[in-house]
Amino acid sequence: MNLPRTLFDKIWDGHLVHEQDDGTCLIYIDRHLVHEVTSPQAFEGLRVAGRGVRCPEGTLAVADHNIPTINRAAGITEETSRIQVETLERNVSEFGVPYLPLNDSRQGIVHIIGPELGFTLPGATIVCGDSHTSTHGACGALAFGIGTSEVEHVLATQTLIQKRPQNMRITVDGRCGTGVTAKDVILSIIAQIGTAGATGHVIEYAGPAIKELSMEGRMTVCNMSVEAGARAGLIAPDEVTFEYLLGREMSPKGGAWELAIADWRALPSDENAVYDREISLDADDLVPHVTWGTSPQDTLPVTSRVPNPESEVDAGRRTSLERSLSYMDLVPGTPLAEVPIDRVFIGSCTNGRIEDLREAAAVAAGRQVAQGVGAMIVPGSGLVKEEAEEEGLDKIFVDAGFEWREPGCSMCLAMNADRLEPGERCASTSNRNFEGRQGRGGRTHLMSPAMAAAAAVTGHITDVRDLIDK
Amino acid sequence: MDKFTTLTGVAAPLRMINVDTDRIIPKQFLKTIKRTGLGEFLFNDLRYNPDGSEVAGFVLNQSAYRNAKILVAGDNFGCGSSREHAPWAILDFGISCIIAPSFADIFYNNCFKNGILPVSLPEEQVSTLLEGAESGANAIFTVDLDNQLVTGPNGELFEFEIDPFRKHCLFNGLDDIGLTLEKIAKIETFEQKRSVQYPWL
Ligand code: SF4
Repeated sequence: MNLPRTLFDKIWDGHLVHEQDDGTCLIYIDRHLVHEVTSPQAFEGLRVAGRGVRCPEGTLAVADHNIPTINRAAGITEETSRIQVETLERNVSEFGVPYLPLNDSRQGIVHIIGPELGFTLPGATIVCGDSHTSTHGACGALAFGIGTSEVEHVLATQTLIQKRPQNMRITVDGRCGTGVTAKDVILSIIAQIGTAGATGHVIEYAGPAIKELSMEGRMTVCNMSVEAGARAGLIAPDEVTFEYLLGREMSPKGGAWELAIADWRALPSDENAVYDREISLDADDLVPHVTWGTSPQDTLPVTSRVPNPESEVDAGRRTSLERSLSYMDLVPGTPLAEVPIDRVFIGSCTNGRIEDLREAAAVAAGRQVAQGVGAMIVPGSGLVKEEAEEEGLDKIFVDAGFEWREPGCSMCLAMNADRLEPGERCASTSNRNFEGRQGRGGRTHLMSPAMAAAAAVTGHITDVRDLIDK
Repeated sequence: MDKFTTLTGVAAPLRMINVDTDRIIPKQFLKTIKRTGLGEFLFNDLRYNPDGSEVAGFVLNQSAYRNAKILVAGDNFGCGSSREHAPWAILDFGISCIIAPSFADIFYNNCFKNGILPVSLPEEQVSTLLEGAESGANAIFTVDLDNQLVTGPNGELFEFEIDPFRKHCLFNGLDDIGLTLEKIAKIETFEQKRSVQYPWL
């Protein structure tokens, strides 16, 4: 009898091209997403070595990090950004890689468009020169971020040299209450295990609260796996996954779909499969979370107060806490729900999908962005934008005083013109609150789209449950 | 890629945990299309004031550490973004070995692809080395990859672990792609099997 295997084990074993005696593995890569920031040096490497792209049909390129979210018709005015995007365009045409140009309605953030187009499929291996590739694990794909040298390696060989990571399972029991979302689930997990809590592991999320999430919610959870140090996040494919993928542009069709789905049904972990680590939590007890510091693990329920460094016994931690609070300009003991904000950013590969915009719109509807607050909605892709406009969400946002932008990474990392000024404080639905991430001197509080919308209309961090009719 | 055999040089102490790659090289420098020239911007926001002048207290601005070849830092070094610009900036500055209690996965991988040796040692040993590194220009360390040994400025000797295959590639300066292409027949066989087994891929 075969040993019981996890979902991860099955995908890994199915992609093993070769394993050396020392355990170093060569694994096959089915799908490779490419963007403008981490690819130029990889294509240059191929050119210098006289190598080609081994499998252009398994590769998809898009520009997302650097691009403007307003006035697209004017092109990219900032010179270095423009050169980077032009370099990508030159590279994809020279190497024959499929590319979604800026004026294509399918253009968007790599991690949004992969699942949306059915490029991401269950049981596949997916990589991208970007740490949030973990997002695609929501479809039951083994997906992880790589560096530029590895991007070049995949382009040239369609494989990667890897060490087998370990298995970790996080089981979320119970059920999320009103106003509590996938973002709160993952923020609370990171708070619990820390930013290095899953280093060297692939996390499989399981349990009723995960099963109950939509694909969008599952992507939010898997997206931030890397913020807990994990190599990847995974969720077993089920009917929700199949329904989401059915009929998407690049999903298998007809007989191929039937074959695929039969294979995917065998992917979930075997009963009795063994995990190297197990963690569990209960969604019943969960409340909306926000970050107060400069690491995603600096997360607390919105009902809490800014922590006090004096209660920290470990000297190293105390110093780092003091540094965070001084950067964030927060006074220990202040209720988080009293912290005023200047800017709101709703978007990114964590929370730039249609469901996120619906949740934010539900809070924004019939309300107004507070005076002095600048609030911006950046859909994750052109298709998300179109869908939102068909539903009239753009109108709700604009009427409430939000700006409605073109898709891209935008103020998640502020490589384009969308950024915080020094000292500005932002309620953001993105994934990183590192110092300077959204602009030098900018202060980021991570939260869900509904919470960010609530902050926008009240002008301070707010428990969104206070604004929802119960 | 340059070979990494033995490295002797000044070690700079960076007493910080969770040093993320945004901090190592902020996003405004990711717009380059080259691998070189990033050393000037290594730790930009810690190293320079907004007006471009140097932050006097920052370790790499102190004369003893301007030519540091080794960096000693806190736990979970290199977390966050996958940007390989982080190891490129470190290497371009002249540092080719980082010693810390632990590293984030992608950064750790990226180091090996660029001839940088990441050494992880237990917390107490790193803390001894941090103290050693704080002795300024006298903070000469030796890192010997073959024997897997770090020698601190006071002669303290610490043995480190490293995956044998990664060691072999770093020690000989081997190109991963070249190595993989030697297995092209295996890749082709796999692709044939895959097209039968998973025709939708
Ligand atoms: S939205 Fe943010 S986290 Fe996602 S790919 Fe873009 S920059 Fe990275």
